Amino acid sequence: MEIIRSQKKNETTSTNLSLYRSAPVLEVRLDDFELYAIDRLRVLKGISDGLSRGKKPDEMEKLVNELWRSNMRHLDASQITNKDIISHFVLRLVYCRTEELRKWFLSMETTLFRYRFRIESPESQRVLMAEFQLPYKALSHVEYEGVKDKLVQVSRSIGQTSTVDTLFFKVPFQEVPELVANRRVFLLKGNAYVAMNQVASIVVSHFRSNLSKALVLTNRKWTSTIREQEKGRLTPIVEALSSSYLGPDYSQSREIADISLKDIDQLANSSFPLCMRHLFNRLREDHHLKHGGRMQLGLFLKGVGLRLEDALAFWRAEFSQKVGSERFEKEYAYTVRHNYGKEGKRTDYTPYSCQKIISFTPSVGDHHGCPYRHFSEDNLRAALSTMGIGGRAMDDVMDKVRNHHYQLACTLTFEAIHSSSCDTGINHPNQYFSQSRKLLSPKDQLST
Amino acid sequence: MEKDLNGAVDMQIDECGQNKHSRNQEDQDFSSNILKCTMESSSLMQTFVDGYHGKHPAQDQSYLSRREFSFTLENDIYLRFQSFKNANEMEQSVKEKCPHKIDIGPVYSIDPVKRHAYAQSGSNGFAPVERELVFDIDISEYNDVRYCCTGSDICLDCWPLMAIAIKVIDAALRDDFGFNHILWVYSGRRGVHCWVCDSKARRLSNEQRSSIADYLHVYKGSENSSKKASLTGSVLHPFLVRSYTNVLIDYFEKKLMHSQKLFSYEERYQKILGVIPDESIVTELHDKWKADRKSSSCFEENRWNQLKSLLQSRKQKVQGLRRCVEEIVFTYTYPRIDMEVSKHMNHLLKAPFCVHPKTGRVCVPMDPQHCDSFDPTAVPTLSKLLEELNTGGWKADTENGWSGTSLGESIQFFRSSFLQPLLKTCREEMESSYNAKVQSNKNSLNW
Repeated sequence: MEIIRSQKKNETTSTNLSLYRSAPVLEVRLDDFELYAIDRLRVLKGISDGLSRGKKPDEMEKLVNELWRSNMRHLDASQITNKDIISHFVLRLVYCRTEELRKWFLSMETTLFRYRFRIESPESQRVLMAEFQLPYKALSHVEYEGVKDKLVQVSRSIGQTSTVDTLFFKVPFQEVPELVANRRVFLLKGNAYVAMNQVASIVVSHFRSNLSKALVLTNRKWTSTIREQEKGRLTPIVEALSSSYLGPDYSQSREIADISLKDIDQLANSSFPLCMRHLFNRLREDHHLKHGGRMQLGLFLKGVGLRLEDALAFWRAEFSQKVGSERFEKEYAYTVRHNYGKEGKRTDYTPYSCQKIISFTPSVGDHHGCPYRHFSEDNLRAALSTMGIGGRAMDDVMDKVRNHHYQLACTLTFEAIHSSSCDTGINHPNQYFSQSRKLLSPKDQLST
Repeated sequence: MEKDLNGAVDMQIDECGQNKHSRNQEDQDFSSNILKCTMESSSLMQTFVDGYHGKHPAQDQSYLSRREFSFTLENDIYLRFQSFKNANEMEQSVKEKCPHKIDIGPVYSIDPVKRHAYAQSGSNGFAPVERELVFDIDISEYNDVRYCCTGSDICLDCWPLMAIAIKVIDAALRDDFGFNHILWVYSGRRGVHCWVCDSKARRLSNEQRSSIADYLHVYKGSENSSKKASLTGSVLHPFLVRSYTNVLIDYFEKKLMHSQKLFSYEERYQKILGVIPDESIVTELHDKWKADRKSSSCFEENRWNQLKSLLQSRKQKVQGLRRCVEEIVFTYTYPRIDMEVSKHMNHLLKAPFCVHPKTGRVCVPMDPQHCDSFDPTAVPTLSKLLEELNTGGWKADTENGWSGTSLGESIQFFRSSFLQPLLKTCREEMESSYNAKVQSNKNSLNW
């Protein structure tokens, strides 16, 4: 790569950002092999969560930075780069094996790279571009003068000011699809005129396509030789690592997060009372709930510790499938924020108690209310049996229902599921939840 | 590439014959004439292609057989994933199946007929690898801004909308993206298709195709918003500025505004006023125009000028009002491409020279430089062609098999302006890549 307006190449400029061109020739202890990989997986998982919550670029930059600093340190500073490289290559092995795994890994690693690149200094960014051997030339002065007006026009159209010192590169338009799509570059005869501060886009797309190709190759190598050769050593570790990503409760930090989106399905299954399970399942199935249901489930979720941004992501994910994300933002997002006291009269609404839920009169299309009271006997039996209630316990529950003791029926259900007595009885769905959590994972310090 | 474009031509000519053949069983002369002509022209094409191409060592022999064709038979039966080893095979198949319509798809990694054999061997066995960059613009997308026709009809009053689309997109493809081999065709019914055939266009990924489509895309067709063109930023991108000053504003002020009588009826000008966010301006103009009852032939001219001067005089007060003039022009003129067709490699598009099954019009190429004078209603139809062939008698001279007909000019244009330059470039590219390969082999041997 040739840079005309900055001829001096700083020999001493070095960067911590690796392009992972070739596997390291390093000796790695088997323990480190696994530990490094898990640390990196924490970073990638965190990025994945951040993306699914729809975080904005600057929020992502902060998040990636934090994740990187907290997970990828090493006691020995000289080992930090090695840890980066080793963990990357271990995870390549782990995630090369199916199309789906490759796609996830590619997307997360590219995001990680993008934000790490952004915080590098301009000098090291240039070093990295050189390492990619990008064949682009910076515009010469004469060329620059020829298209100057257009370049200024483009910068103004995207709300940026370009100065005379801004370095521009001439790049085939195919290399910068993002910039082309948003009309953020000037195009002339197949070349995009990319400003220095836009080069991240080029470098990232190169990084991505290199990694994508490498993953396919790794997969071939893995299936043809490595898996068999390493049967007794690396193979079990690699296989275990990829399933740990799929597991429900990975890298959960209990001090801050109360419940997180990725656990919600599992929690609904194990610890939601029937009324909430029902709403939750209907929502997952229909991608819609009427107002009463949204209030009852929404406030409950707030009560168990789903934060506002997660709640928005959760409702958006479902509703947008039915009504589209635009309508969701217009019509439904408001009530979610409202419930969290962020709109209207800004009351922090409290979750509904059993008493209130039992007193509802749900109508056609509604799913809220108390199943023990509002369900027909057949439907209730069917619902309870999906929770694993049967035989004697079922009879006991139905007996309470017939006598209009709905909360006692719920208490019996709780006891049957958790095989443990509940002396206080159930009088609030959130109490049901926190008692269930205490029994199922006693180490959790849930205060709800 | 060259091969199958030629193939496409053969095939279409073929098809004319076939369709007519099946429809006019009673007239043996007609059909035998057409059939003969078809044979002649396809053998011409065959020699033409193989003459220089088949013997070149760098040619990919399997290219044509990996290309998907799709036939639409009578009663809307679709036969997808057809492929052919050569033009003869294609000809045979067309004769046998008598498709009403033929679509061209991408070139796949393997022969699409054999795709099932590779289904088990992993996800990337069967995938599109090459495809012309295509655009599809339908007049029915403009139904909210034209009053001369409804539905899929097209007339000389709304044709300028298509001419605008051709000019804007053609200029962007050539000047901005640097493509050279661009074929524009009238689809035969309600719009135009564009085939970009440069080798770098054929190799674009889906992501790159999307980026081009997005670059060209301004129109946001939401039913619920009055503003249909979204223009943001304090100044416009050079591409939009150029389109506006070179094409859009002229067509709007000189043609469409008048032909569509945009300011003569309350219902129509109300829609235009809906774009303006300032209530007081809207009311002022609306009241003024409504009071003005005497009929006048220069409603358009006068009212448009009033609107412009009012919006531009208040420029300093309310931001974005000046932009309204541009937004109105963009809304009423800017090309509305079918994004999905352009974004994906595996989208099918009707082959050029095909006869449109509903109108009988032939899908003819046109010169983007002269698209203004193109008359979609005068495009040759199947029955007209037959008549011409019958009365004029087709010429034995195969070189000009169609010259006596109204299709002659189109074919001549297709060959000289599109096909020959394309074949030339392809041959040069092939030779240079072949030479490079030979060179590098030599080098590696020396090494």
